Amino acid sequence: MLSGQLVGRLFSMAGRVCLSRGSAGSGTIGPVEAAIRTKLEQALNPEVLELRNESGGHAVPPGSETHFRVAVVSSRFEGLSPLQRHRLVHAALSEELAGPVHALAIQARTPAQWRENPQLDASPPCLGGSKKTRGTP
Amino acid sequence: MSGSLGRAAAALLRWGRGASGGGLRGPGVRAVGSGGGSGSAEHLDALVKKDKVVVFLKGTPEQPQCGFSNAVVQILRLHGVSNYAAYNVLDDPQLRQGIKDYSNWPTIPQVYLNGEFVGGCDILLQMHQNGDLVEELKKLGIRSALVDETKDQDSK
Repeated sequence: MLSGQLVGRLFSMAGRVCLSRGSAGSGTIGPVEAAIRTKLEQALNPEVLELRNESGGHAVPPGSETHFRVAVVSSRFEGLSPLQRHRLVHAALSEELAGPVHALAIQARTPAQWRENPQLDASPPCLGGSKKTRGTP
Repeated sequence: MSGSLGRAAAALLRWGRGASGGGLRGPGVRAVGSGGGSGSAEHLDALVKKDKVVVFLKGTPEQPQCGFSNAVVQILRLHGVSNYAAYNVLDDPQLRQGIKDYSNWPTIPQVYLNGEFVGGCDILLQMHQNGDLVEELKKLGIRSALVDETKDQDSK
């Protein structure tokens, strides 16, 4: 659907705006990011694994590892619903999700699906929930 | 398809401003507070089955506190889904943890259609993009506004 593509574009535009004011994700790889990569590689044997620390776009200190986006391209996803695919990713990262990782955007694709559109999307901009003093982390 | 473009442009203007205008909220959207015992599986089971479309958000449909929650609100709005129940997990720590346990899903937002867990922002967006959301809404007797839009354009 065209409008779907448009919404997708909105995401990427918004994401660029959002990330441009952040500082994290600019080169250095932290321990959490490294752990996510290792665990996904072990669990899902991905053909492609793209991982971006999007924490810089959020109300967290510089260098934080709280918000991530991942594209996992694996033949293990063949025949699985989106829900089942995401659950596999969640299971591999249960420790991180129960601990430091606050947000994880997931693109779980089969190799054929990835070839159709081989890019890591951007997330919508943070709306500052955690900036509020009343907010919960 | 220029109608889609117009809508998307309008959505873009609102992006990032937290959908602060009251106009974004359809008349039927209920931002629901929650009472005690809100985290129990029995309570949540009843909650997700009470309405055809149920979402758990950070913030409210008028004022989402998180970009991913906002995206869910915007997608529903694009489809003209105005009659849904929205629960703000930031108002209630028990609900926030309870719904994660109930669905075995570690993040918010969460979307339920006809009592069934559908996924979070990524999956709803994917369903929107591949047309599945229109079909799922149809099963619930909800006609997506995007279907009408396409029909209008086809007839021109």
